[in-house]
Amino acid sequence: MTILTLLLSALSQGMIYAPMALGVFIAFRVLNTPDLTIDGSFVAGMCTCAVVNIAGYPVLALLCGALAGALAGLVTGLLQTRLRINAILSGILTMTGLYTINFITLGGQSNLYLQRTELNSVGVETKVSTDTIYKSFRSWLIALTGDKGLDTNLSALIVTSLIVLLVAAALCVFFRTRAGIAIRATGDNEEMVRSSSINADRSRVVGIMLSNAMVALSGALLCEQQRYADLNFGSGMLVVGLASVIIGQVFFGKRGVTAGLISAVAGSLVYRVILQVAYRVDMPSYAVKLLSAVIVVLALTLPLVKRLISERRAEREGAVQ
Amino acid sequence: MSALELRSLRKVFERGTPNAKTALDSFSLSVADGEFITLLGSNGAGKSTLFNAILGKFRLDSGQVILDGEDITHWKDYARALHIGCLYQDPMRGTAPNMTIEENLALAYTRKAHRSFFAVNRRDSAYFRELLSRLHLGLEDRMKTKMGLLSGGQRQAASLLMATIAEPKLLLLDEHTAALDPGTAEKVLELTRQVVAERKLTCMMITHNMRSALELGSRTILMDSGRLVLDVSGGERARMTVEDLLKRFSENAGRQLDSDRILLSGAKGQ
Repeated sequence: MTILTLLLSALSQGMIYAPMALGVFIAFRVLNTPDLTIDGSFVAGMCTCAVVNIAGYPVLALLCGALAGALAGLVTGLLQTRLRINAILSGILTMTGLYTINFITLGGQSNLYLQRTELNSVGVETKVSTDTIYKSFRSWLIALTGDKGLDTNLSALIVTSLIVLLVAAALCVFFRTRAGIAIRATGDNEEMVRSSSINADRSRVVGIMLSNAMVALSGALLCEQQRYADLNFGSGMLVVGLASVIIGQVFFGKRGVTAGLISAVAGSLVYRVILQVAYRVDMPSYAVKLLSAVIVVLALTLPLVKRLISERRAEREGAVQ
Repeated sequence: MSALELRSLRKVFERGTPNAKTALDSFSLSVADGEFITLLGSNGAGKSTLFNAILGKFRLDSGQVILDGEDITHWKDYARALHIGCLYQDPMRGTAPNMTIEENLALAYTRKAHRSFFAVNRRDSAYFRELLSRLHLGLEDRMKTKMGLLSGGQRQAASLLMATIAEPKLLLLDEHTAALDPGTAEKVLELTRQVVAERKLTCMMITHNMRSALELGSRTILMDSGRLVLDVSGGERARMTVEDLLKRFSENAGRQLDSDRILLSGAKGQ
């Protein structure tokens, strides 16, 4: 494999996970609330997408996947605002409950391939893989360019990028509308929002729904790209999303919400490139989760380390004088 | 018609426990339109509880809150905020630190703004710029600055603007200058006086400074143990000294005013 193919594969994965980074950014940075629903809503997006896709609607499947995430967010949001349950616990409760829902969605099994049973010309039942946006886009692109050997990752990267671009632009615009700044302010100073005669609970719920819809969209995209849904795919997703957001911050710094959204996407891409490099130096695939956790821990301790260093330096300089 | 009518408000916190505390005890008050009331009382007298009752931060045990002829007793706090502005002692409470001055104002203005797609738009920004320039703090040239970068006094001045931007029927000031240094406090107080006069706002202000309680506004009330113990206005108030006020308090409440903070600030007249 050439470096270019490796890079393409990393970027195409990064783009698929980019909406999740956007969702994590909305929950952790905009709303300032840790949300553990994410592990569950990612799978909810995956499973819902798989079922709708198999029914024959690949585009609708993505929308339904995102909608499933929004509904999961609605539950968490109501637990937080109406029942006043602690934010972290609300997320854990929804995530746990979602496992059952996702299991039912998949028809009582733990994974589902995107294929349909059809009778072939001689009357024998065969498994036929269903259409996905990736498959359709690739054949359209091949018809357009005449290049039969078109890299699957390249066409996937193009179509996912278009979707992510659209979604990210919509979010940037949304966070400048009245409803959007109300959500941002709710994460910043909820009391001030209430004093401005805005229902902060509603803003919070909408924000959590939006965040989980993004996460679920990632799950749906991944489902169509890898052609199957798996119940256990979500564990640790939150940490992956956080790692992306934090990596993005390293490059772009903590700035406004637009810069934040862009940096979350960039972070997701860089994160996948880092993983790809790690795989190249023979990191086994099961080490991914540990690596993600370590990246997040390192990034979170960075400010502390910086402060310690500057304090030491000040001490030393003080001693000299 | 009175702007605000409070009818025998009653609130007991931790009812049924040994710690039960009557914070409001049959508290009634009628505030006339355009009146500026200063509210005095020792710590724990129920001043802030009274404000929170008006703002709808908790449910009353009994009593009614009537704002401009409308019974708002069962309204949610954010619904009441459409007509009531409030400033607290802590300048951090009224503003969102990670959003710009402009965005903060836009959010506060959402209550009364014309419909628009973007929260920050040219027409509103021009209005905000004009409002900010009246503060004479130079904030009109820093509208893209994050609120968190301003000093306490600047933030409190901006909060004042945000609390009054939607022309509320009632403005509540809960010791809003107490956390500021004396010079800034004086300036913010002057701004308050100016905004209240300009917009002809009905206003209630909690203060610990007895002298400014008698100087500012048109009526002074004193609270003790959740009750109204003194209510002076007009000529009687104009002739009143801090010593008179203390005397009247101990006559009515049956004890001395016990807050050191009040006595010091009153006697030294800071």
